Amino acid sequence: MGETLDRRTFLKAASTLPCLNALAADEARYIVEARYWEKLPYRRIKCTLCPRECVIDDRERGYCGVRENRGGVYYTLVYSRVCAANIDPIEKKPFFHVLPGTLSFSIATAGCNVNCKMCQNWDISQVRPEQVRSIYMPPREVAALARQNRCATISYTYTEPVIFYEYMVDTAEAARAAGVGNVVVTGGYVTSEPLEELSKRVDAVKVDLKAFSQKFYREVVNGELKPVLQTLVTLRKLGTWTEIVYLVVPTLNDGDQELRQLARWVKTELGPDVPLHFTRFHPQYLLKNLPVTPVKTLERAKAIADAEGLHYVYLGNVPGHPAENTWCPKCRRLLIEREGFFIRGLHLKQGRCPGCRQAIPGIWGRS
Amino acid sequence: MWPAPKTRREMLGGCLGLLGTQACGQGREQTGKPATAGQSAGPSRVVVAREPALRSGGSADSKRLAALLDRAMQAFFGVDKPVEAWRRVVRPGQVVGLKVNCLAGKGASTHPILAEIICERLQEAGIRARDILIWDRLSDDLESAGFRIATGRDRIRVMGNDLLGYEDELTTWGSAGSLLAKALTQISDAVINLPVLKDHGIVGVTLALKNLFGAVHNPNKYHPNAGDPYVADVYMLPPIRRKVRLAICDAIDGQYEGGPSYMPQWSWPFNGLLVARDPVALDRTGWQIIEEERARRGMKPLREVGREPRWIRTAARHGIGADDPNRIERIEV
Repeated sequence: MGETLDRRTFLKAASTLPCLNALAADEARYIVEARYWEKLPYRRIKCTLCPRECVIDDRERGYCGVRENRGGVYYTLVYSRVCAANIDPIEKKPFFHVLPGTLSFSIATAGCNVNCKMCQNWDISQVRPEQVRSIYMPPREVAALARQNRCATISYTYTEPVIFYEYMVDTAEAARAAGVGNVVVTGGYVTSEPLEELSKRVDAVKVDLKAFSQKFYREVVNGELKPVLQTLVTLRKLGTWTEIVYLVVPTLNDGDQELRQLARWVKTELGPDVPLHFTRFHPQYLLKNLPVTPVKTLERAKAIADAEGLHYVYLGNVPGHPAENTWCPKCRRLLIEREGFFIRGLHLKQGRCPGCRQAIPGIWGRS
Repeated sequence: MWPAPKTRREMLGGCLGLLGTQACGQGREQTGKPATAGQSAGPSRVVVAREPALRSGGSADSKRLAALLDRAMQAFFGVDKPVEAWRRVVRPGQVVGLKVNCLAGKGASTHPILAEIICERLQEAGIRARDILIWDRLSDDLESAGFRIATGRDRIRVMGNDLLGYEDELTTWGSAGSLLAKALTQISDAVINLPVLKDHGIVGVTLALKNLFGAVHNPNKYHPNAGDPYVADVYMLPPIRRKVRLAICDAIDGQYEGGPSYMPQWSWPFNGLLVARDPVALDRTGWQIIEEERARRGMKPLREVGREPRWIRTAARHGIGADDPNRIERIEV
């Protein structure tokens, strides 16, 4: 405190300055005109990609922090600007009914269109692209890397892929051309037109349903519940394979009534075959004052959803728990054995229970 | 010759200035209290200084602007000389950050000439040039407003947070959770807040409180609900409360609609400066000035267009300062 610039900071700044022009050129490759926005008077624009519908002045950015109005034209700043890239088991997303035991080439850019107080990736989701280290990875390169690394799919994940929509859509097309599938891990906070366009290019979507109350969405997520429910209904109508994750946060979204309403809504609006994952919360980011979700709470949530008639209710972030496994809803035979993100036994036969021949919904092989 | 007896106002002014000196002198670590006047500290003083003949050929004349600033500072602190006023804000040996507002480029940003005059006055008060940092969010923004980026260690530095960086750990208060700019946390001992007088299309107005959005890494997260309570909560982040010593609002030009971008059709020459230690009182006063101009132009009040800056009231409730006009001592000079 009180000192002038330390040597490290000064050298960093000084070494950066001569490179500003080079950096500007470097930046330019990440910037492409955005889709889904409207021109307003006086160089303002309205973003229509997500339900927030930010109205943005010249030189300002939307809530997501990655889309900017430059002179009355809206740009994404994160095209091919990857801040996280990993090869993950698809079970990590989690998808339990999509190509079990396969790898997924997983990518993210900075930014998010909500601000969940329990975000586990806030250091990349709640920052601007220039505030985090990124690498240039254009769509065809992502597809080639996925294929090269024997990944069955590309996952758009970690932050909120809706905010890197243009990059995701183009990468999904490149992946398809290369024979690689696409899965999306999203909060589902997106408007219907981009969602419909996206669903034509991807195989499966996992929606993080953060709670079943508007209060939680307003106070903890900084978003709205209704558009997320609409996303789930739209995906169902479009026939896109969907799984739901519900992070159970002690005292905030773990009431019996809320969980029952959730299960009833899923069964009524989406059907009993949509997998519902109740996952364990760990204190982080802005919710450090709450404990880890007790396993008993998760088991209670599963019991409620089971009782309401959902066929595939799982528990997550509790490695070794029997509720990580897939059981036949008809004859209760064990179909897929899991431990954490790994498959210990895969007993499905062409997507059916080997005992009673019950068809198990999901994507079990590449067509 | 005996000095002329002071009026009650002059006496109070002197006392308030003295209190300010003590608060400043307590240093950052000791107090943890706001350097600005709180609600319990009696009326919050806001000096509104204007000079109709400020301009020469359209832009502010530097000598007249310097005289206006001196007049405003002397009136605020109740002292005879500008240097005495500045010594009540900063002490030799401190590193002083000037938080300017440059998002809108030339026309609706802090004028470089004002920052330059303040730098001169700081140096006259014993602050070394190398201990002055003019900063904002982005170096590009600073340049677009007419500042020249300067990183040399032996002179006044002008840099954006993009060059200076942010802390790695979150600082939180209420709804705010942010990485703070190192310009605030590590480099500056004292910060002088230099906002501009203008309308804001989402949060109503942008003045002293909101200018500190430039000290956090995620201002885009703080605009919902017309900025309430975010603007107030961000200002409550402890390093901001501890270090911001004074606000001098650049009101050479005002903008009553269309902000924060520069919209010349809604800009007017106010030819003034607003000075306060209490950012809430300054914002309440600035908001009133903007509303008066809107009314003169036949425009609806911000409340009627859904942009009432309710966060000013929230900031008062947080104890940052006074928003009740009855508790604000507005001095026109």
